[in-house]
Amino acid sequence: MTEAGHLTTADIGDVPGPVLGDDARALARRIVAKYPTPRSALVPLLYLVQSEAGWVPRKGMREVAELLGLTTAEVEAVATFYTMLKLHPCGRYVLSICTNPSCALRGGKRLFERAHELLGEDCEHVTADGVFTLEEEECLAACDTAPVVALNYVFYNRVTEEALESMIEAVRAGRVPEASRGGVPGELREVSRTLAGLTGRLPEGAEAERA
Amino acid sequence: MPEFEPVLTARWADPAAATMDGYLAGGGYRGLAKALDMSPAEVIEVVKTSGLRGRGGAGFPTGTKWSFIPQNTGKPVYVVANFDESEPGTFNNRELMERDPHQFLEGLIICSYAVNCRTAFVYCRGEFVWPGTVLERAVAEAYERGYLGAKVAGSDYALDVVVHRGAGAYICGEETALLESLEGYRGQPRLRPPFPAVEGLYRSPTVINNVETLSCVPHILDRGPAWFASIGTEKSSGPGVFSISGKVERPGNYEAPMGTTARDLIAMAGGVTDGKALKAFTPGGSSTPFLTAQHLDTPMDFDSVAAAGSLLGTKAVIVLDERDCVVDAVLRFTQFYAHESCGKCTPCREGTWWMTRVLGRMARGQGTMQDIDLMRDVGQNMLFKAFCALADGAVSPIDSSIKYFRDEYEEHVRLGRCPFVEPGEETAAAAVAAPPAHELALGEVLG
Ligand SMILES: Cc1cc2nc3c(=O)[nH]c(=O)nc-3n(C[C@H](O)[C@H](O)[C@H](O)COP(=O)(O)O)c2cc1C
Ligand code: SF4
Ligand code: FES
Repeated sequence: MTEAGHLTTADIGDVPGPVLGDDARALARRIVAKYPTPRSALVPLLYLVQSEAGWVPRKGMREVAELLGLTTAEVEAVATFYTMLKLHPCGRYVLSICTNPSCALRGGKRLFERAHELLGEDCEHVTADGVFTLEEEECLAACDTAPVVALNYVFYNRVTEEALESMIEAVRAGRVPEASRGGVPGELREVSRTLAGLTGRLPEGAEAERA
Repeated sequence: MPEFEPVLTARWADPAAATMDGYLAGGGYRGLAKALDMSPAEVIEVVKTSGLRGRGGAGFPTGTKWSFIPQNTGKPVYVVANFDESEPGTFNNRELMERDPHQFLEGLIICSYAVNCRTAFVYCRGEFVWPGTVLERAVAEAYERGYLGAKVAGSDYALDVVVHRGAGAYICGEETALLESLEGYRGQPRLRPPFPAVEGLYRSPTVINNVETLSCVPHILDRGPAWFASIGTEKSSGPGVFSISGKVERPGNYEAPMGTTARDLIAMAGGVTDGKALKAFTPGGSSTPFLTAQHLDTPMDFDSVAAAGSLLGTKAVIVLDERDCVVDAVLRFTQFYAHESCGKCTPCREGTWWMTRVLGRMARGQGTMQDIDLMRDVGQNMLFKAFCALADGAVSPIDSSIKYFRDEYEEHVRLGRCPFVEPGEETAAAAVAAPPAHELALGEVLG
């Protein structure tokens, strides 16, 4: 990571085995078929990798590169640009706390500090129990409900310190509380399926096979 | 204020409005029917006559933008809706989508028809997992009910809409970075010209419009351009959804005619929290220079805000009260820009980073008087010297805060600490208000 917090290819981790199985590869073809050119599917396919592996290991990037006819370096260059693609193992729940001014003015910074205390030293990578990755978030475009906390990018409004504490406890106990809008957030793998476009319209059958 | 009937937010209190049936019951897709009875050129003319200007920040006339699209180049025409909303303080696109997705979709379809586009894209901010899902459902419903696909609303016009999720990068809201991102590259801005109207997505003619801009379009077609132009001011016509946040009693989106004063808007949001005095506000998000109490009577339209020395931007009013530290807020904004700089050009990449260092020591009370001028100097070396407007936006909070609150910076230096925090005391956590009733109802219907 650079001093300013940007990721570099040195931050990319890896796994031993292959990431995308046959089912995932079939889905990959349908995602590619959404677009006029295959390369547009690059980020969606990295989300697909994240939905399979829980994060985006180098092996997954190599597989995506092969699927799209790109070099691994081209894929890495893109993957390191985007913060929602996790290049090292992370928690099943990404806990984001907005500390941009509209939230900070209403207690967002204190909330972030409190979360850090509760989750312990390594929480910005992954907590010891594998449940959380804590992120200090930029404005989530929900400043009307400041301070905003998100679990896997699903938002909770006007979160107090007490609410944050009970939320963390509940998630640890496997009882994820309902978000203010959007129901109960799934684990990062599941949300990554949504981000890959798998909950939206996908071309079927012949159309997908042509891709 | 003259009598004003909400337009874009009229259906917000009705959770069913987010569904096709609810939308149709409220007169939805009438604007599209009228558009399909006209020629594409006539639709563009109507939008031009309405005076609608883009709500994404730059205020470019929408009909004019559409008229730039060359036809018969042999290449397809694309429309890309910009749903990347990430300018700090801005949250109207999100709520427009959550509460009335078909209003936006209808606008997108009309725009696509007007420029002869067969495949339109919506670039949805990655962090909008739920708003993106609301959009996907609306798109699916529109296909089912024949508003998208081979025969749009029974006509011979065919249109597909593809929803694309971003992956966490503010810069991808900048239109050329957005196109790069949608093509599968790092989201770094392109050199202009060529402009997207000539060479945009896949080097084809492309229209890029904001979600609020497109949400205005069905109403313009349905009720006519003269009606739209009768709202707001002569050069900033129509209604606008203003995002008001920070230290106001009821942060939220408030719809008002363009040109409503900042004072009236803040009053709509219940006034400054706890009856405190206002210290500063941004008129259009973090990238627009701060204004102060002396500017409260500025009409919030493109020209008046520019005349007051700032920018209307995204109509996002962030309010700081008399006890809030300007230096602290500016530091946090600057950290945002340092993090979000795409790294392509030196003044922006290095400038934002060094500014966080100088502001950081200033906020901790370790700055010097020279640091204040140093920051102005660095700002001058960033302003209009970088590739895209992100760098200019980064200079806005710094420059304007030094202009209006230099004494506050000096106070930090003199005291050796932040004057708003007593030694040992932390920033006060704000009181938490109860959510409005309609917010709960929405979750029940769509949850
Ligand atoms: C750094 C930067 C970020 C931007 N982010 C957004 C955004 O999130 N949403 C948006 O609609 N426009 C954004 N814009 C403006 C777009 O480049 C573009 O002008 C706009 O989407 C055009 O739509 P409109 O004409 O309907 O306003 C941004 C511009 C810059 C320079
Ligand atoms: S000004 Fe900043 S964000 Fe814009 S292209 Fe240059 S480095 Fe990237
Ligand atoms: S500042 Fe936190 S959501 Fe906007």
